[in-house]
Amino acid sequence: MALAPGTLFTGHDLTCIRGERLVFAGLDFAIGAGDAVLLVGANGSGKSSLLRLMAGLLRPAGGAVRWGGESIAIDPEAHNARLHYVGHLDPVKAALTVAENLAFWARLGNGSGVVTEALKTFDSASLSDVPGRFLSAGQKRRANLARLAASEATLWLLDEPTTALDAAATSCLMKAIARHRAGGGMVAISTHVELALDGARRLDLDTFARQPDPVEAAP
Amino acid sequence: MRRAFEIMRRDLRLALRQGVDSLMAVVFFVLAVVLFPLGVGPEANILARIAAGVIWVAALLASMLSLERLFQTDYDDGSLELLALSPVALELVVLAKVVAHWLTTGVPLIVAAPVLAVLLDMDAQGFVVLIVALGLGTPTMSLIGSVGAALILGARRGGVLLSLLVLPLFIPVLIFGVAAVDAAIGGFAARPHLMILSGLLIGAVALCPWASAASLRQSLE
Amino acid sequence: MLHRFANPTRFLRLSAALLPWTAGLTLILLIAGLFLALFGSPADYQQGETVRIMYVHVPAAWMALFCYSCMAGASAVGLIWKHPLADMAAKATAPIGTCFTFLALVTGSLWGKPMWGAWWVWDARLTSVLILFFLYLGYMALHNAFDDPTRGARSAAILALVGFVNVPIIKFSVDWWNTLHQPSSVVKAGGPAIHPSMLTPLLLMGLAFTTYYLWVLLLRLRAEIVAGKVRAVRLRRAHG
Repeated sequence: MALAPGTLFTGHDLTCIRGERLVFAGLDFAIGAGDAVLLVGANGSGKSSLLRLMAGLLRPAGGAVRWGGESIAIDPEAHNARLHYVGHLDPVKAALTVAENLAFWARLGNGSGVVTEALKTFDSASLSDVPGRFLSAGQKRRANLARLAASEATLWLLDEPTTALDAAATSCLMKAIARHRAGGGMVAISTHVELALDGARRLDLDTFARQPDPVEAAP
Repeated sequence: MRRAFEIMRRDLRLALRQGVDSLMAVVFFVLAVVLFPLGVGPEANILARIAAGVIWVAALLASMLSLERLFQTDYDDGSLELLALSPVALELVVLAKVVAHWLTTGVPLIVAAPVLAVLLDMDAQGFVVLIVALGLGTPTMSLIGSVGAALILGARRGGVLLSLLVLPLFIPVLIFGVAAVDAAIGGFAARPHLMILSGLLIGAVALCPWASAASLRQSLE
Repeated sequence: MLHRFANPTRFLRLSAALLPWTAGLTLILLIAGLFLALFGSPADYQQGETVRIMYVHVPAAWMALFCYSCMAGASAVGLIWKHPLADMAAKATAPIGTCFTFLALVTGSLWGKPMWGAWWVWDARLTSVLILFFLYLGYMALHNAFDDPTRGARSAAILALVGFVNVPIIKFSVDWWNTLHQPSSVVKAGGPAIHPSMLTPLLLMGLAFTTYYLWVLLLRLRAEIVAGKVRAVRLRRAHG
């Protein structure tokens, strides 16, 4: 894959094995400043796994993920400092208020711990003093997504971020993503639904699924 | 370093908000010790003889029981992933969580121990050594236990499994902890035993966060 | 797919060639060792005929430690180089080591009855072996506690290494504890002063146990590889 100049975040010949099963092989990706990549594919095609590879939570069985040419495994803490990861779960503690939850994650990242602005981005300012145990699934998700705005990070890795979100919250997220990209940020999103993202590239994981193995396929 | 303190502060705050949870360990500790006079009879001389051992074994079990939750809640709600993805080395995250855990469950055990020693009619000469030995032993157990707590994440029957994994590893702490108290009561020097307990603690500080972080990483893969 | 990065076919061929040799060697050594132990060696002037338990007990205790070291070594290789065969070797070693440990405990107890007048004595060595037995049980329990076998293998490997670092510490503390609580009235079995007529069968039995371990290990590894192939076929069915 020829890399466009300015491409920062790349994956080369990635192989992913989950639970003894080959999920995908020979996968390349390249994300530059201002890029958005939509990861699409069937269930089990490895969208979440690819995002976890990008985050460094998962180590590839083959190939390498690089930032500016250097493998992210060399300095994982530096890689962590430049990314936001939103997974399937919303880490909102029941005993802490939304603002406390958010302030903790912000201070753990690069943020100051002042979170009112971040909550407004996702229409959640009214939830600020509500303890996590009273939140609905959608409200929890919004509180989780507010992390994106509460501290600076170049790379956003979003795994099905619109789950449980209503239309208004989804459009808040799309606006936040657009602003992030305008500022030179990068986004990788896995999704089942169509998302309105201008100029986003699609990465179809089904194309990298395992080719039938003639030896094992024989009866 | 600042970030590690943030993690510690958050865990302490969580423990305080859910105060009952961390008190359970010390309640268990007291209850387990109180069962012994009921089991072996109320004779003061027998109780005094076994006091140090009973208190140590109960402390061992109490700290083991509380360890199960060390990473479990964070694992369940996805916090652990984000902690692993924070710009803090995971070893430091483990250390911060263990310190917070020890402050909320280990320290209450140390505070409760002298009261129980009085109940069991333990010789007053052993009190100071008992407190010092528990002060060295409980953090060691928290550290060793953190490895077990990290290993059982996502396993079936985590609780029972944890006891099988960590109780054998607690044995050196138990032996030297009891030996220190017995030595003090018997009029011998407790210092060598306490030195070994310190050695165990230093070794645990050096090795356990590393092993726990390795198990956490693979549990998140 | 499981073995993309290893070569089980070569191992299967190699192990097939080695199997009859290890089996034959085990039988020869075991027969020779048992003959010398039961008939060819003198009874102990203190312990009488019961000393013959030693020829099973001591090699079993050696093997208990040896297997644990092998397990830890294989676990380290599996963790660092992610070699599936090493993971399998560690997994296959655990039950063998557990059996040797159990054998050492049972023979120790049988030996203890005529020697010390009790089935169990809190002797430092027996106590250490008992703790080793629990370490083995923990390893196997952890290995089987996960739905994903790779997860179980890696968790158990970390536990094996942690346990390996701890074994000397536990041994040291139990020795200390024992000398503290029990005046050393325990008769010392073995030791460097052992007569050659007793040492030869002891070493033969030790060797026999080692080759037996290799033999069973090869058998278990082959079974494990075949089981892996079955799993791969099932996965193919599930995922097309």
